[in-house]
Amino acid sequence: MTTAAADAVAHAALSGVTRVYPATAATPPVHALGPLDLELKRGEFFAVVGPSGCGKSTLLEVLAGLQQPTAGTVTFEGRAVAGKVPDGIGVVFQEDASFPWMTVWDNAAFGLRRNGVAAVEIRRRVDDALAFMGLTEFARAFPAQLSGGMRQRVCISRTLVLQPRLILLDEPFGALDAQTRLLMGDEVLRLWRRTGATILLITHALDEAAMLSDRIGAMSARPGRFLDIVATGWPRERDSKIVSEPQFGEITGRLWDNLRGESMKSLGHPGMAAG
Amino acid sequence: MTRVGWIRLAVLAIAIGLLELCCRVGLIDQRVVIPPSEMAVALVRLLISGQANEQIVRTFGIVIVAALISVVAGFALGAVIHALPRVRQSLDPFFATYYAVPIFIFYPVMIVIFGLSAIPIVLMGVATAIVAMIIATLNGLDRVPQVLAKVARVHRMGTIATALRLKLPAAAPHLFTGVKLAVSYAFIGVIASEFILAPAGLGRVISDAYTDFNNRQMYALMLLLIIVATIVNMFLHVVDQRWAERRGITKP
Repeated sequence: MTTAAADAVAHAALSGVTRVYPATAATPPVHALGPLDLELKRGEFFAVVGPSGCGKSTLLEVLAGLQQPTAGTVTFEGRAVAGKVPDGIGVVFQEDASFPWMTVWDNAAFGLRRNGVAAVEIRRRVDDALAFMGLTEFARAFPAQLSGGMRQRVCISRTLVLQPRLILLDEPFGALDAQTRLLMGDEVLRLWRRTGATILLITHALDEAAMLSDRIGAMSARPGRFLDIVATGWPRERDSKIVSEPQFGEITGRLWDNLRGESMKSLGHPGMAAG
Repeated sequence: MTRVGWIRLAVLAIAIGLLELCCRVGLIDQRVVIPPSEMAVALVRLLISGQANEQIVRTFGIVIVAALISVVAGFALGAVIHALPRVRQSLDPFFATYYAVPIFIFYPVMIVIFGLSAIPIVLMGVATAIVAMIIATLNGLDRVPQVLAKVARVHRMGTIATALRLKLPAAAPHLFTGVKLAVSYAFIGVIASEFILAPAGLGRVISDAYTDFNNRQMYALMLLLIIVATIVNMFLHVVDQRWAERRGITKP
């Protein structure tokens, strides 16, 4: 596919996607998601916000190929995603997914070794990724010797070395304090600019979404659908300083207007939502 | 050695010293308990004479076989049971109460089936140790973070690669706890079985020495068992600690 043709096609897309979790002995069927449509443009930073349990992570897992949609289609670079994570997609999870039995360096090299990449190339990419994430001096440390934020950077490094074209971030800073999250946000923006990858960020933090993204999808309470898609209009060269811009407040305000009622619904307060 | 290690050593030395003193001044009748120094001398003499070597080799050989079977079979059974939730549900009550049952009551049955050979003793060692390994395996696999399965799928790893490259290392600290317990329980199961009814082995020799009022031989062999069990456990402890250090965890 030529670059012009590739640009004409959405980098990744969900079309009429729904996800229903089947009934178990203890629970009825759960309609978690959709139907929804989404097109991610190549190289954009897209965030998804929504109330707890609205299906944000399900959306990410369906897009990654970790879950099959009950209905609808998912495509990545024009090809159907069918129950398998396609080459070119990297995922960073909310939970600490570093391998405690490996050093930081070996953690980062894991995927490259599995793919049989030459040792010289592994060294080059891992050293580069660790330097980029500020982990060079901790290369020989084990994850248990690092803070939560640093462990998450190890996981990002492990994804980064594989040079994914679509990076899916599932609330990667959810367990971090507010200041660290802002700084981690800056690092993700640097990473985004440098790699040119498309990023989909799942987050519950409106400020994080407003600061990082080109577009933000606000989801309804379960079953999750997009209520609004907000274009931020930020320049590509941005960092956490934009939180002091007046536009930042307008974006978070608009998101909250969309989500307040939905969050109430998810907490079981439909009456308050109406008010 | 750490400060805690020195304190531990001092407590042990004081206990041995007190026992020595009590025996020497007559607070403890030497016909009942001989001083620790005489136990050590008797052990050295016994080892030099070679009188008990055959029994020592037999017993420790059986312990090694029983421990190996328990660890390998316990891990395999644990992994299979973990993969079958309904089977696990039905077996959980048995595992929970297993060590509440005096399993040595089955030893005569084993002898009836297998005769007075090493087999019933190996089986008793395995019966004592294997459930500890199964429980440790279940516990270890339960504690493998679910996110690792997702990471494996992102890296397009198959079932075997996921099990060997991610789940096994993640569960390893718990599995090693199972190994430590299995070795200790195998020791207990084998020696106790030899004590009850066996044609040979250290347990039998200690029992005979007790019946014959041969205190020197009895205490010498008891000391040998304590020394070997302590060395094996210390070795496993050191391995465990090194492993923990590799993972950046400091253990006391």
